[in-house]
Amino acid sequence: MGGSKMDIKTSVESAKMSPTKLAVYAGIGVLVFLAPILFQGFGQLFLVRILAIVGLYVMLALGLNIVVGYAGLLDLGYIAFYGIGAYAGILGGQPLSQWLAATFPDQPWAPGLSYFIMIPIAAVAAAITGIMLGTPVLRLRGDYLAIVTLGFGEIVRIALNNNIFGLTNGAAGLPKAGEVVPKPFGLDWLTKVTYFRIPNLGDNGFTFTFTANVYWYYIIVLLCVFTIFVVRRLDDSRLGRSWTAMREDEVAAASMGVNITGAKLYAFSLGALWGGIAGTTFANFQGFVSPESFTFMESVFVVCVIVLGGMGSIPGAIVGALVIQGVPELIRGMASSGLLTALTGITVSAEAQSAISNYRYLVFGLLMVIMMAWRPQGILPSKRRARELRPEDEKALDETNQTLYDAQHDTAIPGEDL
Amino acid sequence: MSADLIIQQLVNGVTLGGMYALIALGYTLVYGILLMINFAHSEMFMGGAYVGLGMLTWLSSDSFPASSFFKGSTFGLILLFLIVFAVAGITIGVLGVIIERVAYRPLRHAPRLAPLISAIGVSIFLQNAVLLWIDSKAIPYPSLFPVRQVISIGGASLNSLQLLIVVASLVLLLILDTFVSKTRIGKAMRATSQDREAAGLMGIDINYIIALAFFIGPALGAVAGIFHGMYYGTVIFSMGFIPGIKSFTAAVLGGIGNLRGAMLGGFVLGIVESLGAGFLSTGYKDVIAFGILILVLIFRPGGLLGESVVEKV
Repeated sequence: MGGSKMDIKTSVESAKMSPTKLAVYAGIGVLVFLAPILFQGFGQLFLVRILAIVGLYVMLALGLNIVVGYAGLLDLGYIAFYGIGAYAGILGGQPLSQWLAATFPDQPWAPGLSYFIMIPIAAVAAAITGIMLGTPVLRLRGDYLAIVTLGFGEIVRIALNNNIFGLTNGAAGLPKAGEVVPKPFGLDWLTKVTYFRIPNLGDNGFTFTFTANVYWYYIIVLLCVFTIFVVRRLDDSRLGRSWTAMREDEVAAASMGVNITGAKLYAFSLGALWGGIAGTTFANFQGFVSPESFTFMESVFVVCVIVLGGMGSIPGAIVGALVIQGVPELIRGMASSGLLTALTGITVSAEAQSAISNYRYLVFGLLMVIMMAWRPQGILPSKRRARELRPEDEKALDETNQTLYDAQHDTAIPGEDL
Repeated sequence: MSADLIIQQLVNGVTLGGMYALIALGYTLVYGILLMINFAHSEMFMGGAYVGLGMLTWLSSDSFPASSFFKGSTFGLILLFLIVFAVAGITIGVLGVIIERVAYRPLRHAPRLAPLISAIGVSIFLQNAVLLWIDSKAIPYPSLFPVRQVISIGGASLNSLQLLIVVASLVLLLILDTFVSKTRIGKAMRATSQDREAAGLMGIDINYIIALAFFIGPALGAVAGIFHGMYYGTVIFSMGFIPGIKSFTAAVLGGIGNLRGAMLGGFVLGIVESLGAGFLSTGYKDVIAFGILILVLIFRPGGLLGESVVEKV
């Protein structure tokens, strides 16, 4: 009896953070914080940039995860929200920064605030578009929904490309010639304050300057942490549970009192919201947007990230983004900068370098097929999904539940101290 | 828009519609039996255009012994095109069967999104295989077919290639329709699409029927691909995506799973798009098809000829 009692204790404690887990998270945190400083210091600037882009994909993947992973609605036009966020960021940011500059003429940092003011605006713009897409497609499900969202994504891209309302400047993109995206708030100051140099470290010395890439890297990391926090809370919330129920069986969920309309609209708008935030960040980070960044293939990439990582899984989204967006860029960048040869002694020819970037799509296509056949739950599946997708584990799960049930009934015996 | 232009756009629309109808049949055949969108079908269309390109170039090149016979007479030219269409159709048909075997059959009992994601993977793979191993740029199509004006009404005209596309599409559609509605195998296909398990219990070889659907659809798609190449004069690795989506729209418009619906949907979409492009700016041409798709799915998901879909629990 004592043994079964211990079973409960362990299962409760595992939900809390164990010291090992805490140490792992702390280690990752330190790595994430130090990575750009080290890369920048040793002159590997492209690595900072790659990590920042991976961060953007993590945000996108986590946002799409709400729609696909939690609510089970396959969205093949997700990049449209990213695009709407990006265009909103530039279109709204321009007048805003001018207004800030005019209102605070003595403060050179004031125009840089426009990005931060635009975050909520772009988020709301994307979320409203999400509801606009979500409302008419409420009745659709499965692959029909996938095709409609694909059509929506393409319509948005074509509209941007055709200079809709005379705002988007067609295929040339924004900002228009002569206009620039203002420097973000505090970058100049940080560049001045944080410069340091250790001459004897490494081959060429260690020189750290707080560049724009480092700045955006930290902003994106902060946004990612915020996203992870919100998404985790969402998954455990009442809404998250109704998404799970809806994903499993819509009719059964509806008859149990889940508000399907509400749950779907929340999923679309909350998913779109993160796409919008990532989009406006991308626009400011890149300093430029054009419709070709928002093609169908980009939507497929984000879907790929979560399929590969594991639907509904947060660590999965991060690993997926690293594998899909990070690894090919990393190999190519390291090869072209000579870092790969310096570190491993492997020389990659220029031909092989371009082959890496060319073959990635081919490999991704193959990977999607293979993943669906052999590991549909992804690399790091969410616990719940892993159970769903591998029915042979259900027996083991039943046994665990039986043990817990027995244990609970044991503790309920009078005389036990509870 | 003047009357001449409207007639001209109608002619163009019907030509386009013939191609859409041929591709749409592939979507509808597979959806009717497996209830899945074969996203890789647009790559069958693209692949057909490339196989056709290779065959046309090879058979008409001076190094090929019979090239002067093929190019010399009308009969030779007809024979040349028959060979090209047959080879492309069979090659791509076999490719379709292989894809079904490798990418879809293992997922037949998986959650519904799994085959769709797998199909997207196949589509990306095939596009990039062509991009990497053949060419990343557009390739001009050999202009062996004699394009001549056949009929002209005022300013509008119908040329021989358009006539060929429309007539050949109609003939192929008629053959398929007869095959499905009159033959034993066609009956088995219809039975399978109504209830796969029950059909299996009645002694129909389900895997054979599914493989057959995956042969016929891509073969017709390949024919459409060659027409597309001949009509527009170039092929490129990414050519399948937009016609693929539009043909899927056509299949949905006609009522997905319904063969005659797919044919009707193809022609309706071709005409609407051509007229729409005449009235609106051509930049928004593709938006028309996507818009129709979304509207049909929302307001009449059963399509023009489809029955209303009853939710199965």
